[in-house]
Amino acid sequence: MEMKYKTENRQLTISLAGELDHHAAKDLMESIDRCMEQNLPVKTLLDLGGLSFMDSSGIAVVLRAKRRMEALSGTLVVVNIPHQAARVLETAGLNRYVDLI
Amino acid sequence: MKTRSTNYISLEFLSRSANEAFARGAVACFAAQLDPTLEELGDIKTAVSEAVTNAIVHAYPDALGRIALRARVLEGDVLEITVRDWGRGIADVEQARQPLYTTGGEERSGMGFTIMESFMDKLSVRSAQGKGTRVTMRRRIQPRRPLK
Repeated sequence: MEMKYKTENRQLTISLAGELDHHAAKDLMESIDRCMEQNLPVKTLLDLGGLSFMDSSGIAVVLRAKRRMEALSGTLVVVNIPHQAARVLETAGLNRYVDLI
Repeated sequence: MKTRSTNYISLEFLSRSANEAFARGAVACFAAQLDPTLEELGDIKTAVSEAVTNAIVHAYPDALGRIALRARVLEGDVLEITVRDWGRGIADVEQARQPLYTTGGEERSGMGFTIMESFMDKLSVRSAQGKGTRVTMRRRIQPRRPLK
């Protein structure tokens, strides 16, 4: 599991690559938390384009990232969602709570 | 559910989270003989990941334990996967199968059983407190038309 980020004009882009499962989720959540706390973004793009696999642990990661952004009075948008990950997020009905593009 | 199997694999591993990727990868390799589409393979890997993660997180919350995984090819291009543990067991299976219900940590969403049910054709869960849990899932792989 790899995570990269860049920030521009208080817009944070976090890009994930590899396999997002329960094994990877806890460390990833802490890394995303730290990244948001350091950069204080008004908008975060969570780019899932590099994920080769994601299970329901990804739902928890997205929901936590959304709560963190709400605490900063900012917004979260999930972008570049691969087909398999999109099926997981849609099955959970996450499109009702989070902007998925 | 007595159906003749034409092939099977049987694996046993320790309830370490590093084995989640191994388990779903092994089943995906075994399922390849049924010539699944990428979507079917993705669904199967996701369902296996959920079942194995449940065993790791809930069956053995305070210790490491044994997980057995069996995959069978049944007549009619059906893949059957059984994930079994000898851990704590589930007090109320119906409640555990409800969407968003979880007793796990913040990295769990409570959607594991919902995803297994949605991505597979059949799901059965048998559990006894203090004895363990057995999750059995089936998915028929659609035969593909040969190229003309």
